[in-house]
Amino acid sequence: MSESLKLNVDRRDGLAIVYTDGYINNQGGEEIAKVAYGLIDEGHKNLLLNLQGTKIVNSIGISILIEIIEKMIEIEGTLAFCCLTPTIDKTFHIMGLAQYAGIYADEPTAISEFTGSA
Amino acid sequence: MQEITLTLPMLPDMELTASKTACAVGEHIRMSVDKIDEMRMAVVEACINAFEHSDAQAQKVELTFAVMGQDDDPKGLQITIRDRGIGFAPDTVEEPVLKTKLSPGISKRGWGLKIIHGLMDEVDIQSGREGTTVVMRKLR
Repeated sequence: MSESLKLNVDRRDGLAIVYTDGYINNQGGEEIAKVAYGLIDEGHKNLLLNLQGTKIVNSIGISILIEIIEKMIEIEGTLAFCCLTPTIDKTFHIMGLAQYAGIYADEPTAISEFTGSA
Repeated sequence: MQEITLTLPMLPDMELTASKTACAVGEHIRMSVDKIDEMRMAVVEACINAFEHSDAQAQKVELTFAVMGQDDDPKGLQITIRDRGIGFAPDTVEEPVLKTKLSPGISKRGWGLKIIHGLMDEVDIQSGREGTTVVMRKLR
């Protein structure tokens, strides 16, 4: 049994949005990291992860997201999340992710925050 | 008390089977969607901990989902996850701190127990030479 994660990327001026669809486990986290590091290599410093299509994550997947946050801090970039389920939102807050990554209820709010800070 | 038992092999994504069972039982007792989701995530974490750290020879995890209270007035769900592995000392597990985890070269892993405690109403962990038993309760 395997539930692979699907990713889509929308590149915009000053912002790249990564859309996830599926379970973020170790493999899913690695897929996201691969895409995120590719976007960083392209010159993107602002990344938004839209998790609307993700209903469940695990701590191994989240640990890989923390690696991406570490990388964003290193390059003085910004990683944010939007469209989280209440449980994923609660989990991110339990772990303290909100201190290091923006967490927004919806995509327009997240984009306006990025635009405002650009 | 109604009870469902499940034995899962330690294979990739098997935690999702446990999660789906938790969801089905939660729906049966009319638990809210948010509480079911929290319970599902805690079950996933408990299974992953067993898969990754138990070193159980049988490579299996035993789960019990028990409805708390009377059949016509369920109070919540008690989930027991048991492995027959090498055990660990729960009191010695260091609580992860994100600021520390974000330091270069530091492992980003080790969040499972913190997440379980944060999402469930009650958590008891018994561990020894005969394995580890995690009992988690979520009130309706």
